[in-house]
Amino acid sequence: MQHESHSHGIDISALGRDKQSLSLASETVAIEVPKLNLYYGEKQALFDVSMNIPKQRVTAFIGPSGCGKSTLLRTFNRMNDLVDGCRVDGEINIDGKNIYRKGEEVAELRRRVGMVFQKPNPFPKSIYENVVYGLRIQGINQKRVLDEAVEWGLKSAALWDEVKDRLHESALGLSGGQQQRLVIARTVAVQPEVLLLDEPCSALDPISTLKVEELIYELKSKYTIVIVTHNMQQAARVSDYTAFMYMGKLIEFGDTDTLFTNPAMKQTEDYITGRYG
Amino acid sequence: MKKNSVKAWFKSGSPWIWMNAGAVSIAVIMTLGLLAVIATRGLGHFWPADIVEADYQVPGQAMKVMAGEITQIEEIPRARLAASGLPVDAEGGEFMTRELFKVGNRDLYGSDFTWVVGEWLSNQRTPENLTAFERREWGNFYGYLINIKENGQLVAEGDAAWGALQERLKRVDDLHAQVVRLEKRDIGRINAGLERIRLQTRKLELQGKLTAEAQADLAAERAQWDAEYKVLETELVSLYQAFNRDSATVRSADGREIELSLGKVVRAYQPNAMSTTGKLGFYGSKLWEFVSDDPREANTEGGIFPAIFGTVMMTLIMAVIVTPFGVVAAIYLREYAKQGPLTRIIRIAVNNLAGVPAIVYGVFGLGFFVYVLGGSLDRLFFPEAAPAPTFGTPGLLWASLTLAILAVPVVIVATEEGLARIPRALREGSLALGATKVETLWRVVLPMASPAMMTGLILAVARAAGEVAPLMLVGVVKLAPSLPVDGNYPYLHLDQKIMHLGFHIYDVGFQSPNVEAARPLVYATALLLVLVIATLNLTAVYMRNRLREKYKALDH
Repeated sequence: MQHESHSHGIDISALGRDKQSLSLASETVAIEVPKLNLYYGEKQALFDVSMNIPKQRVTAFIGPSGCGKSTLLRTFNRMNDLVDGCRVDGEINIDGKNIYRKGEEVAELRRRVGMVFQKPNPFPKSIYENVVYGLRIQGINQKRVLDEAVEWGLKSAALWDEVKDRLHESALGLSGGQQQRLVIARTVAVQPEVLLLDEPCSALDPISTLKVEELIYELKSKYTIVIVTHNMQQAARVSDYTAFMYMGKLIEFGDTDTLFTNPAMKQTEDYITGRYG
Repeated sequence: MKKNSVKAWFKSGSPWIWMNAGAVSIAVIMTLGLLAVIATRGLGHFWPADIVEADYQVPGQAMKVMAGEITQIEEIPRARLAASGLPVDAEGGEFMTRELFKVGNRDLYGSDFTWVVGEWLSNQRTPENLTAFERREWGNFYGYLINIKENGQLVAEGDAAWGALQERLKRVDDLHAQVVRLEKRDIGRINAGLERIRLQTRKLELQGKLTAEAQADLAAERAQWDAEYKVLETELVSLYQAFNRDSATVRSADGREIELSLGKVVRAYQPNAMSTTGKLGFYGSKLWEFVSDDPREANTEGGIFPAIFGTVMMTLIMAVIVTPFGVVAAIYLREYAKQGPLTRIIRIAVNNLAGVPAIVYGVFGLGFFVYVLGGSLDRLFFPEAAPAPTFGTPGLLWASLTLAILAVPVVIVATEEGLARIPRALREGSLALGATKVETLWRVVLPMASPAMMTGLILAVARAAGEVAPLMLVGVVKLAPSLPVDGNYPYLHLDQKIMHLGFHIYDVGFQSPNVEAARPLVYATALLLVLVIATLNLTAVYMRNRLREKYKALDH
């Protein structure tokens, strides 16, 4: 089904795929955010954010710099705990359990909710050791299991063919795009339920970006994916649902088609038509 | 116009570049100059210089013949020589030469060195058969070999004597090695055994468990050692007899004849007859002796191996202590401690600690480690040795510990900087995969910070290995009877006193009874100290570079 290209110049059929008509209300919920406030010291960064992120769909967060989209993403695996003076008020439920409750195993949570960062950050180890890092942390050391995980992880990240002959060479010898796919491989190797992608393509060239986008499309069938991006075309291309945030508030959240073609809020329209941001 | 061009020159930045380049060249020249001076002065000492024989005529006195090595020549004003009471002619040039002769034969002349006036020397010659005898006591003897005797019986004379001498010296050398082995290793082992039995007896006595049965056991053991000792003693006596069997009759340049027991002679050589290759070979063997042998004659002759060994040993033990200690402290400060005024104060204190004069650490080491810690150790674990102290006296362990304290700030600072440089992204990458903070530290952060730790260790070694002042208080001595490592249980003797190159320089240079003979050794030892520290450092630098290569951080 072909979409007409509309006045914003955003072609959501870039990957040539079909979009079924989607509806948030009919999706299974993966991450439930009833009402979340977040503070950095005195300063409030998120205001009353409520949203339900659907399972096994790609959800994109867009918005101008400093709007709180990365902050919100990092609350899902409690990466914000590492920031001094960060305080979260409210709850986030994954699998029906509040991840901010007392006694939550943060390390176990982060295994279930994997994260890929802006800049590729492979460890200064071999490609093989990068992929099995998370497994070794869990105490898995049988060579057969690790070998399988490496092959499966690298294949899932569409990297296997490029690196299968040099698994034991340093990961730092890979190109930026390969490194980012390696990071994705290492994240899926621990078999998470959710993948958080924090501007995964901002440090990559267009071809690598395309590869990562294809990969996101492939991975959607197995994982719930949340992606933060500055690039609206990218959001339109890869995501099923899009959330627009502004000044720490969630302005609009809906299926990507509707949000880009027929936004409900004036602010959203201003942003996607380039009036600010 | 002129003014403008000067201004333009300044603006172009060239004066700035010249200034910087000048500073670098001055630093390089000073370093190379320093090395060149100590190298030439130190290494020249081992070259077999010609032995000069000459007639020496002090005006108004009888002429005498003297022989020796000329070690120094200087010009001094005629007036000063006259003022010092020498019968100098009033006429003549303003300056006269003065030469320092190493005449040896301390047993005959009372001192090895003598100053002579160059103008009064005549008929200088270098006879080929003029021989230098290096002795275990009394320094060198310069003179002529007359004959060789065995048990007082003449065996060789004239030209045949030289060959016989070399042959017999080789035999004496072998015997000497045997004697040393017997005394140091075998008898040393027996002494260690006897001492152990003594301490065991005393221990049982203190515990009130010295039963008749135990006493009998110990006595039997002691008897066994004693019997072994008896055997060795007779062996030693016969060795000594064989050792002193031969002797040589030698005549000094002024005609006095003496009898030299060959057991007292280390080597004999005729530098005037040596070819350049012969001299080179001799030079090599002297150099090897210097780095591999024990010192003789109040440290002015022989080698300095125990000092090299002590320095390296102490530095290594220091490194083993300081690295974990400094690294753990740095990890806590950087990774776990809440950053605030208190950590800031601690950091300032640590940095200032690096600036405390070394001798202060020595005083602390003596007061705390030796007397308090060592004293307590003795009371708790070695009551049987009292009143003789075991650890309550300066020794290797305390010297290493004192240096470790002195060097720990640099390790802390370097490690902290290394930890701070690890990209945040890598820590987050590890945490995001479900690793805890400790796992992240061990698997990612510490390996990547290891080059920084090595840098800290390099700085620590550089600082500690050259330190002398505190060591004089906590464990370094002029002459240690044995190495801190040997074949007797517990093999590494941390309580023993050691020799140290830095202290050796001070001792040889300023505490030696024979200043003239010791001076070149000061330079040679200094050169060796520099080399030892450079070797330790280069090893560490090599290891660091390997680690850097392995864990090089993300550069993009």
